[in-house]
Amino acid sequence: MDAASPLAHLLGFTALLREMGFAVAPEQTMAWLAAIDLLGPQEIGDIRRAARATLAPPPERLAEFDGLFARYFLGTGGTVPESERSDESALQSADDLGLRPEPIFGDDTHESGAQATGAERLSARRFARGTEDDTLHHFARALPARVPRRRGYRWRAGRGGPDTDARRMFRDAMRNAGEFIRLRYRKRDLRQRRIVVLIDVSGSMKERTQAHLAFAHALVHAAGAVEIFTFGTRLTRISRALRLRNAQQALMRTSLLVADWDGGTRIGEALTAFLAIPRFSALARGAVLVVLSDGLERGDPRAMGEAVARLSRIAWRTVWLTPLAADPGFAPRTAGLLAAQPFLDRIGDGGSLASICGHLLDLARDKAA
Amino acid sequence: MVVRRTLVGIGSPQELENALRAAYYLADRDLSTAAYLALALGKPLLLEGAPGVGKTEAAKAIAGVLGRTLLRLQCYEGIDASAALYEWNFPRQMLALRQQGPDSQPIDIYRDEFLIERPMLACLRRPEETMLLIDEIDRSDHEFEAFLLEFLSDFQISIPERGAIRAYERPVVILTSNRTRELHEALRRRCVYHWIEYPAPEREMRIIMMRASGVGERAARAVVAAVGRLRREPLVKHPGIAEAVEWAEAATLLNQQGERWPEAFRRSLGVVLKDEDDLVHITPKIDAILAEAGA
Repeated sequence: MDAASPLAHLLGFTALLREMGFAVAPEQTMAWLAAIDLLGPQEIGDIRRAARATLAPPPERLAEFDGLFARYFLGTGGTVPESERSDESALQSADDLGLRPEPIFGDDTHESGAQATGAERLSARRFARGTEDDTLHHFARALPARVPRRRGYRWRAGRGGPDTDARRMFRDAMRNAGEFIRLRYRKRDLRQRRIVVLIDVSGSMKERTQAHLAFAHALVHAAGAVEIFTFGTRLTRISRALRLRNAQQALMRTSLLVADWDGGTRIGEALTAFLAIPRFSALARGAVLVVLSDGLERGDPRAMGEAVARLSRIAWRTVWLTPLAADPGFAPRTAGLLAAQPFLDRIGDGGSLASICGHLLDLARDKAA
Repeated sequence: MVVRRTLVGIGSPQELENALRAAYYLADRDLSTAAYLALALGKPLLLEGAPGVGKTEAAKAIAGVLGRTLLRLQCYEGIDASAALYEWNFPRQMLALRQQGPDSQPIDIYRDEFLIERPMLACLRRPEETMLLIDEIDRSDHEFEAFLLEFLSDFQISIPERGAIRAYERPVVILTSNRTRELHEALRRRCVYHWIEYPAPEREMRIIMMRASGVGERAARAVVAAVGRLRREPLVKHPGIAEAVEWAEAATLLNQQGERWPEAFRRSLGVVLKDEDDLVHITPKIDAILAEAGA
């Protein structure tokens, strides 16, 4: 065994991590080696703790990280949770760290409607090329100008208006021997409101799912701050997967990520789960919340009403778009939607991409608050 | 890479862990290792975790152990250089200029006395006696994060009127984040990273006993069990460690005033759950939770 081989062995681990989709920068590798040297190391635990601290695996993937570590260095415990792997194609990039289904809520059986629901069909879907490309293309072009905005907290120089910019005036005055010559103004920048879209991927929405995901992909690329989730029997965050520019690849990636295609729906539970994860509910604060779902709740309709009520208090606008509303004589009739109705700013037609896009473009007419 | 093997006599994670315990902070091995490595390698320490797991407390305890002044920079959207770095004292400059007579010496209005130090500049100028805490970095916007990146990579800032100011030794910097959004990858990789979990029941109990002196072991055990249960409920705000300590204290106080045990916990529920929706959700279940916790 030559002297270089322990080093090579350590470097082999960082190479393995990169291969598994962890982002490991050279400076992190160097820090790790320095850390091992610092710690002694007296036991393998020192090396592992040093690796965790310096290579900084995202918390969602800690278990996977530890599994890889054990398998590589100890040759044991080699059960890397496969479900946590996102994809192994060459598309993998540093962008989609920590891609994996978000926490599952509840168990499969549910008292009411147990016979109809609960079938989590763990299936990867195939996507055909969409036919509504034109609509989406126009939507993407029109959105940047019409996306809802709010006033940010960052100040910028402005032309006029009520807010004077004392700092700039003083600075100017310094250049003029302490004389104030003209008033300067400042204004607060406008920022895009985040758009959070929750897409129902249950069996009853089967026909629409593909179009909705194509819409979500267009939205992610047309506006800056967008978060997309799917829900059926579980809640999955797919924003990162959709960030791939090529729609076909992005949808493929998404299809692998979402594990509950065409299963049952537990809307109330899905929304409650969304609210219960502080990281997610923080995304909805002051945002435009769009739910694409028919509102056919298999669980407790009251839970759904409550969840929507809570969401509506966090979000700036809460919009429910259902394909059932394509019928001109539509009025919410399902128990779930009736419970949610008082808290929704808008219940609209989600039957076609054109109408969904129309609703989104319309939102900006509500003035920035 | 400059490595300082020991800092104020702390030469290993174990020693740091002991020192932190003496400062009333119970760190686990992972945290003390990460903190020790950050100090030794001269890198910033990034602590992430749910609200209320003790990130800021950890930073305060580390500052105490190092015997340094803690400079805390609370982040918010729109935070800018004049709040984080420095600002000129314009009114003073103005007065100095006005006072100047026609024959007096020209005055340099960019002297130190006209400079208002903000935390980041203060930390650069006195790196051996201060520690910088950049709190809740996830609340700031991308502009500030990019600005911070520059600061954290070479610990240098430039003031146009004065030129670059550089720390003569690497300052100790701790960043915390609630992870309401992902931080930029470039920022993460410059730091030593630690994800703080809610403590294991045994450790949380020791924290409660240490922080709240009047609390009995039985009450502490019950609080830990009940809080652990509450953290699995779908709540808007899960109780953190501080809430657990307060609950134990509040219930003990009520108990001392003659309230019976499970009732004392129930009546002081307001210090743990501070959201109307959460209270509505938990109230029907609270009896079962308390019974299960052995309150």
